[in-house]
This record gives sequence, structure tokens and C-alpha cells, in this order.
Amino acid sequence: MADPATAPRDLPAELSLARLALRNRSVYWGGLLLCIIVVVAIVGPYFTAEPSALNPTNRLKPPGPNGVFGTDMLGRDLFSRVINGARVSLVVGLAVAVIAVSIGLFLGLIAGYIRVMDALIMRVMDGLMSIPAILLAIALISLSGATLTTVVIAIVIPEIPRVVRLVRAVVLTVREEPYVEAAISVGTRVPTIMARHVLPNTIAPLIVQATYICGSAMLTEAILGFLGAGIPPEIPSWGNIMSEGRTFFQLTPWIIFFPGLALAATVLAVNIVGDGLRDTLDPRIARNMR
Amino acid sequence: MLRYVLLRILSTIPVMVIVALFVFLMLRLAPGDPAAVIAGDYATAEDVARIREQLGLSDPIVVQFFRWVGSLMQGDLGISIFSGKPVSELIAQRIEPTLMLALTTITFAVLVAVPLGTLAAFKAGSWIDRFVMLFSVGGFSIPVFVLGYILIYIFSMTLKILPVQGYRSPFTDGLGPFLLHIALPSVTLSVIFIALISRMTRASVIEVLEEDYIRTARAKGQSEYNILIHHALRNAAVPVVTVIGIGIALLIGGVVVTESVFNIPGLGRLVLDAVLARDYPIIQGLILFFSFIYIVINLLIDLSYTLFDPRIRY
Repeated sequence: MADPATAPRDLPAELSLARLALRNRSVYWGGLLLCIIVVVAIVGPYFTAEPSALNPTNRLKPPGPNGVFGTDMLGRDLFSRVINGARVSLVVGLAVAVIAVSIGLFLGLIAGYIRVMDALIMRVMDGLMSIPAILLAIALISLSGATLTTVVIAIVIPEIPRVVRLVRAVVLTVREEPYVEAAISVGTRVPTIMARHVLPNTIAPLIVQATYICGSAMLTEAILGFLGAGIPPEIPSWGNIMSEGRTFFQLTPWIIFFPGLALAATVLAVNIVGDGLRDTLDPRIARNMR
Repeated sequence: MLRYVLLRILSTIPVMVIVALFVFLMLRLAPGDPAAVIAGDYATAEDVARIREQLGLSDPIVVQFFRWVGSLMQGDLGISIFSGKPVSELIAQRIEPTLMLALTTITFAVLVAVPLGTLAAFKAGSWIDRFVMLFSVGGFSIPVFVLGYILIYIFSMTLKILPVQGYRSPFTDGLGPFLLHIALPSVTLSVIFIALISRMTRASVIEVLEEDYIRTARAKGQSEYNILIHHALRNAAVPVVTVIGIGIALLIGGVVVTESVFNIPGLGRLVLDAVLARDYPIIQGLILFFSFIYIVINLLIDLSYTLFDPRIRY
């Protein structure tokens, strides 16, 4: 499993990985699209109208002089709401990816290296995987109350098993490698073996997995919002905007279409980057795990 | 062989126990008194006490768990708080639309995705291949409900050839109305599966086409069609069937959303109504039910490998 992308070398690992990745066309164009979206999400809200400003005389207006994207049923500017919604989606996607990967990495290392824990952790993961993610998230949120934090946690939990399986698979392969056997035979302690030999091998497949988790987390967040089970309705997330647009869909379909397109474009950018990263960085594992 | 089948069936037991434990603890570990949570914001102290008594929440937690599992074994999923009906009865009432939606979706997805993925693999690198891959990334990226509304806009509102929403039973309303009503929801929900399955089919057919026996078949002068159907596709079936199993989880999530968009009175709607009403026995029961379905389907898929690949012998 010593593929060239993860084998130890003189350059700092992250730098060389990044250089390698940027040579891939998907990573380049997907990354560019994603960068534009991130910049708009950060800077945009300073230049647009207040997303919650009501304007009762200007309700359900089509795109035109009353706003690039028109207005919603309370006369709020849809363009401004969509721009502000980008922040919510990106924050949720990033937070879920980072937390799920961290927890999954920790549990996966333990499962892969400590035989006793393996059976226990993997059975729990099997159980978790067989619970439908959306249902689990809906149930967790309705039990604990809908806030940004509970939504993130509710999306993280069903994503963990995928990471654990991936990390465990890497650990199981790496521990059979001659260089690990050599390290064991000279008396290297387990934490050192983990840090020096096992961890570096998980980086490439984990980066790939993290992008996919980020994309699917943004979709899940929007679905939860759309179903009315997501973050509180006063926050203009794409899911919430679309949820409010449902009632008037036959009259004003653009209230769903604009945030929907924004969401699809963002997730598409993330997924394209993920596919490109998978092709360059990682070889077999990520493909089999998908 | 028989030994393997038995062991594989037995191996689902710990997974089911873990699911049950998780679902059980979810309500107990949630912040606050579960009886108060169930009773809702406007409940009186008597209501809370009544619910606590009804659910046996005053007993030790271990006793509660075993009593609950005991009734699960007898097919008792609990009683809905609001309607007072058994959860299993509510599930039975609502299962038909969901089952029909799932079946039509999977059938349609497999019929479209397998030929598409095979074609892409056979013409790897061509424009067909690139189109299939692009469609696949797109399918993963578009939210299922947005796609549903786009299709409603095109086919129901603009072209006016399909109904906007609702469900007709093939058994009581006839096949025609059923197909008209199920068409848009099925197509909507199947897109992500077409993406998933066609991608997997492409990958595994490409892999199989590099095998020695394909070269041998070509050397014998077999037609490309024969090679594809008899040699490649059969051997590519295992990963494709596996991905359909994984997809069942996606399907269940998708069903909830699709039923909501198209106003289909199935299990997905039952969940959402239960969430709004905070009817936890229904939510618990449905999570258990769906997890059970997922586990059983993946068990059947594991066992079906021997049919597709005679090399797999246990």
C-alpha cells in the first residue's frame, strides 16, 4: 500500500500533496468554483441588503427591479438571503467534515490496532450504519432542540462509520508492511508507530473522504431545513428559504430554484474536487469505500 | 455453505441489538425528562406523570430496556401517543405507497444505470463515457427535492402531462393512474441511484474487461456483444449488487423527502408528522423498522453473491 503519494519523502507532505492535486483538472476547476463561492459567502453579505428586512408592500415579486432574485412572501430580498445562506451551508459542511473525520480517525486507529476493541467498535459502527441517516438526524434534532450545533452533531453521527471503516482498512493494511514489522521488532512504541507510520498513510484517503462528507453534509442540512427539522427558521439557510418557498411554489417557483441552484453548484464544486483528489491522491481505498 | 448462511444470519443479531440499544438510549439520554419531552411544551404535571407511568419510565433503565426488547420480539413497536393506535398498525397502513415508490425507483434506476455504466465502460474515454460521469457527479450534487420541483415545474406546470402530486394505489385505483402519479416521484428519487449504480457498473466493468479471460474470449473470436453480456457483465455483478445494498440507506432517506415533495401518504410522511407532533413511539418504531429492512436486505445481498459469482464459495 506504499503508493507514491503517501510515501515518506523530503518535502513536507501537505505541500507536495497540494501540488500534485492542483495538476488535476477537476481539482483545479472545482477548486476555482469553490473559491469563488467561499469569497462570495464571506464578502457578499457586506454588500447586500439586510436578509431579514421585511417589506410587506413588495411580497412575492419576480426577479427584476425589486431584487435580482425577487422577493419572498414577507418581501425579504431573495438575492441577499441566498448569499447569506451560503455561509450557513459552508460552515455546516466544513464543521461536519472536520468533526466526523477527527472522531472517525480516532476510533478507526483504535479499531485497526487494538484487536479487542475492533469487534466492539465495528459492531457499533455496523449498527449505526443501518440506521437511515436522515431519520436519525431528524430524531436527534427533535429530541435535543434545533440549533446550529445540534444540527451539526446530528449530521456528524451517521457520517462517522464511513470514516472509521476507511481508517481501519488502512491500518490493517499498513500494519502488515515490512517497515512496520521492522519498527515493532526494534521496540518502537505503539503511539510512535501510529504517528510515524500509520497516520501518514491515512491522510490521502481521509482528505478525499472529507470532501465527500462535506458535500453530503450540505445536502443533508438543506434537506433537514426543507423538511422543517433543521436549524431555526430565522437563520436564512438555503434549506430554510426553500422550505418557506414550498407553499408558493406554483406561484413563485424561483424561491426554490435560486437557493436550489446555489446549493447544487456548491455541492457540485465540492464533489468535483473530491473526484479529482481521489484520482490523484488515492488509489484503491477511497474508491472501494465509496 | 449452509454453515456460512447460518453464521451470516446469526451475525445480524448483534447489529440489531446495537440498533435497538441506540434507539432506546437516544430518548433516555436526551437532555431533560423523556416524559416531559414527549408530553410537549404545553403539558400539565398530570400529563407528564401519566406518560411516565404509561411508558414505565419510573423503573430502572435496564429493566426498561429488556421489557422493551421483549415486546419488540413479539412485534410490538409501542403505541402512538396521539392516535392511541399500535405503531405496527400505523406502519402497515402506510407501507404500500412507500414500498411502491421504492420498488419502481430501484427498478427504473437499475434498468437505466446498468446499461449506461456498461456502455461508458465499453467506450471508456469517449464522449458517452464523459457524459455518464458528468451525469453521475451531477446526480450526487443536486438535492432530491430541488430536482423534484424542477420536474414538477416542467412536466406538471408547464407541459401539464403529469399530476403535480398525490398517490393512487395500483390495487384499488388501477395501473394507469398509479403509473401517472408515481412517474415523477420515481424518476426524481432514482437520479441519485442512477448516478451511484452507473458509476459502480462502469468501474467494475472496466476492471473485468482487463481480465485474462476476456482476452481469451476475444482471441477465440467471440463477438463483442457476447463478451460483454456473458463474460463481463456477469462478473461485474457483485460490486453492482453491493452498491444497491448500500443504496438502500440512501433510498430510505430519499423516500422521506420525496413523499414530502409529492404529498404521498407513506412512511416518510408518517415520520414527519410524528416529528411535528413529537410522537416518539412512532419515530422509534420507524427507525427500528427501516434499520431492520436495511439489515435484512444487506443479508440477502450477501447471500446472493454465490449466485452471481461461482468463485465465491463459503
